[in-house]
Amino acid sequence: MQWETVIGLEIHAQLATQSKIFSGSSTQFGSEPNTQANPVDLGMPGVLPVLNEGAVEMAVRFGLGIDAAIAGRSVFARKNYFYPDLPKGYQISQYEIPVVGTGSLTITLDDGTTQTVGITRAHLEEDAGKSLHEDFHGMTGIDLNRAGTPLLEIVSEPDLRSPKEAVAYAKKVRTLVQYLGICDGNMQEGSLRVDVNVSQRPAGSEQFGTRAEIKNVNSFRFLEKAIEFEIERQREILEDGGTVMQETRLYDPDADETRSMRTKEEANDYRYFPDPDLLPVEVDEAFIAHVRAHLPELPDEKKHRFMEAYGLPEYDADVLTASRELADYYEAVVGAAAGEPKLAANWVMSELGGVLNAQGLEITESPVSAAALGGLIQRISDETISGKIAKQVFEAMVAGEGDADTVIEAKGLKQITDTSEIEQMIDEVIDANPGQVEQYRGGKDKLIGWFVGQVMKASGGKANPDQVNKVLKEKLDG
Amino acid sequence: MSLSNDEVRKIARLARLAVTDAEVETYSDELSNILGLVDRMDRVDTAGVTPMAHPQHATQRMRPDAVTETDQRERYQKIAPAVDRGLYLVPRVVE
Amino acid sequence: MHDRTIAELARALDAGEFSSVELTAALLDRIEARDGAYNSFVTVTREQALAQAEAADAARREGRAGPLTGVPIAHKDIYCTDGVRTACGSRMLDSFISPYDATVVANLRDAGAVMLGKTNMDEFAMGSSNETSYYGPVRNPWDEQRVPGGSSGGSAAAVAARLAPGATGTDTGGSIRQPASLCGITGLKPTYGRVSRYGIVAFASSLDQAGPMARTAEDCALLLAAMSGFDPKDSTCIDRPVDDYAAALAGTDLKGLKIGLPREYFGEGMSDAVRAVVDEAADTLRGLGAEIVEITLPHTEQSVPAYYVVAPAEASSNLSRFDGVRYGYRCAEPTDLLDLYERSRGEGFGSEVKRRIMVGTYALSAGYYDAYYLKAQQVRQLISQDFRDAFADVDLIFAPTSPTTAFGLGERSADPVSMYMSDVYTIAANLAGLPGLSMPAGFAEGLPVGVQLIGDYFDEGRLLGVAHRYQQETDWHARAPQGVTD
Repeated sequence: MQWETVIGLEIHAQLATQSKIFSGSSTQFGSEPNTQANPVDLGMPGVLPVLNEGAVEMAVRFGLGIDAAIAGRSVFARKNYFYPDLPKGYQISQYEIPVVGTGSLTITLDDGTTQTVGITRAHLEEDAGKSLHEDFHGMTGIDLNRAGTPLLEIVSEPDLRSPKEAVAYAKKVRTLVQYLGICDGNMQEGSLRVDVNVSQRPAGSEQFGTRAEIKNVNSFRFLEKAIEFEIERQREILEDGGTVMQETRLYDPDADETRSMRTKEEANDYRYFPDPDLLPVEVDEAFIAHVRAHLPELPDEKKHRFMEAYGLPEYDADVLTASRELADYYEAVVGAAAGEPKLAANWVMSELGGVLNAQGLEITESPVSAAALGGLIQRISDETISGKIAKQVFEAMVAGEGDADTVIEAKGLKQITDTSEIEQMIDEVIDANPGQVEQYRGGKDKLIGWFVGQVMKASGGKANPDQVNKVLKEKLDG
Repeated sequence: MSLSNDEVRKIARLARLAVTDAEVETYSDELSNILGLVDRMDRVDTAGVTPMAHPQHATQRMRPDAVTETDQRERYQKIAPAVDRGLYLVPRVVE
Repeated sequence: MHDRTIAELARALDAGEFSSVELTAALLDRIEARDGAYNSFVTVTREQALAQAEAADAARREGRAGPLTGVPIAHKDIYCTDGVRTACGSRMLDSFISPYDATVVANLRDAGAVMLGKTNMDEFAMGSSNETSYYGPVRNPWDEQRVPGGSSGGSAAAVAARLAPGATGTDTGGSIRQPASLCGITGLKPTYGRVSRYGIVAFASSLDQAGPMARTAEDCALLLAAMSGFDPKDSTCIDRPVDDYAAALAGTDLKGLKIGLPREYFGEGMSDAVRAVVDEAADTLRGLGAEIVEITLPHTEQSVPAYYVVAPAEASSNLSRFDGVRYGYRCAEPTDLLDLYERSRGEGFGSEVKRRIMVGTYALSAGYYDAYYLKAQQVRQLISQDFRDAFADVDLIFAPTSPTTAFGLGERSADPVSMYMSDVYTIAANLAGLPGLSMPAGFAEGLPVGVQLIGDYFDEGRLLGVAHRYQQETDWHARAPQGVTD
């Protein structure tokens, strides 16, 4: 049978607020355990939650970013279950009425086609703490620093049909939340966590099959692999005439497989009800208008502007707008280079991209500043150095030997444009190679390249290649 | 509405309350009686009535996003049953 | 000095008749000597009290005294008190030394009040007799074989026994008014949101409200003025100026006041003796110029059933935080996580608390939510609508507080449902969020009987004013149990 895969994603984005969603504790990552947990976060008796306006504002920002309806009134509910990292025995979350309603995102696939993915809702909730399992005399240690960090749970429609689409969508969500400045998107630190629902149905069927949920996938690569594995697993079961169980699974990157989480002793019964400590959240038109007025340029807008203003091909524009930091960097390079947007794009994407990739660095950690890279590009465009020499200069810049001008000066890499100097080098090459001169003049035109190479070599690469070409031709042909 | 012993056990588990077999018997009777009292609500027709979750008709007040708390771990953990190196300890959790 | 009201004590302190230290020490000694009979205090904070009294005396010398400076009071043990055990009547919190103060505790301290200690209560405020306390039952000073009511039974008994001139209470379904009635004192449950709930161990969040308990309406006004006010730490606390209750006391005139008697509150279950007292009190109000009319609150019968869904549902969730992990009772040698939870909670909670947690858990569980929780919320709406309709016509509602006088210890503890009916007249005000006041109005067979005034939202001033006027006319509030004024 032909099977069709149906995928939906639930993405938890930790909002980049200073303080927690219901308390004034810091949300900073990586502090000593339980040093950022106050009585509210610890679920002590009698304490009460007070909502952080920053979290609501960020949720609204996201809603506007996906063209969603913003709920004028949304309600916080309690999701009741016992777990040591959940201090109150319930999680405060939006259930029936989320702050962000239906919206959508457009994704671009590798083959250049675009697709619109529906977003069912996005709601605010509080994060849980962390359990640490190592080295506590057989006990588990609980750190509640993370408890109460605001999360935006972004729920997609089951509109995705392949692992690649799912990854493209997840990446797009990450790009968007980063652009909006509402989440740092750091998957390693758990700032962005993905749950995937995967199911199979016979091709052409309208009905959904039973889905398995894979929890807490923490990289795009694992996301793709986890879905791929899950598709195979489910198809094998179905081909054998079995049925897929509705269950929660975990992806194990080491074994590259998904595994069923230990079946709980009872089915979860979360007993949601409206949190009586919190009143309905009202977001009025003025609030929305204020957020809208301060909305940054979004990825799709930026991409189109890059294509128009800088004359970049769509591919370049896509790559350069994949993150707000990269786009900002690129624009700073163009500014510093005083033009040459396409050349700047090439340098940012290939030369710099290669270095960052090799060193495992983010654009924000680039060893070469945008101003410095712009300076280098300027030296290419004003013909102080050739593109080839520029790569040598760039290497030195990466190694921390200073900006382009410093490196050029120190290494004496300035391009030779003095015609008499070039003529002298050419004369020496012609004199030293009478055989080749004869062959060339006998009709072997292709040798011109060989002569150029010899002259460039003699100049240590510094001669202006165009000039060399021109003068060589004059001398050989003349 | 009356509750069977099994239902009582199920609820007790959901609420994480240890109950002995003898207690289950008692709770089964008592809870059934309480539900009998509660079932008097059925005498009123509430079709179309808006549920009232809260006595207030106000909306949620919001606080500005600012860190107002400092580290007071030592103070808060003084009353904890089991801590080690700043962590609260529980019997090993199997994921 | 123990037989004086807060207002009288404040005047005496002002006049320099005695110091706060002298007054506080006298009451502490009195508690030590006499509370063995009542068990109304679970913790006495002698040293802190004397230190606070000293500070109050200094403030008075420096001309910084307010209306409560140096006046000793007691806090129900549901209020978190920094550095002092806050056990909430439960084994679960027997070891809980709170690292923070409830807002009300801080407000009263800032107003100069001196804390004598913490009063006994039904476990987690679940009870109407104070018999569910881990620290043993409280005895009614009017008859030590009888209950003081609950859940603020320790506060009520302490005030009635002249161990403290005033105390705080909390009221989720009648927990201030019913014990006030059974102990012959005055108690006020304010409008939901008038007083901050921060730092008060939560029972049912949408019903809980803190309030004052004292001998007179005047004293309740003094305490309420200090307790209430906006608190940014409680999202449900209303940002609205606190009325001038002193002015309300002075200015209330019953002439032209329209008071409604809900016919549904005078039905079966009410003892004849209680009825006679209520009728007589109504006559007194009429004599003061009020117009008394019969009104109807048609869904009254539904209030107890709806309450016993809403309150346990919220409680089942509120009490989930007591899990033996971060504070409070933890069972010995848990074998695994489930065992830690089940035994810590099973051993840490008493049976009434466990019953209510189970009822609430059931009412919220899959398949029953609509039939119970949602239905109860709809009924709550109807009850609330009854009051809205009534207040369109009358200024105040007058009713009994409790269908009976204090019952015997152990008399109802075997039958939860009969116990629940003790709150049949008080619960509706909690469901609607309205203010209610109970004041002494007479006796039946030697036991005090209280009557209740229910007001519209934020009408505490009027409730206190009418009660004050009534207390100027009668002396029921000045009666004391035999022997306690010695």
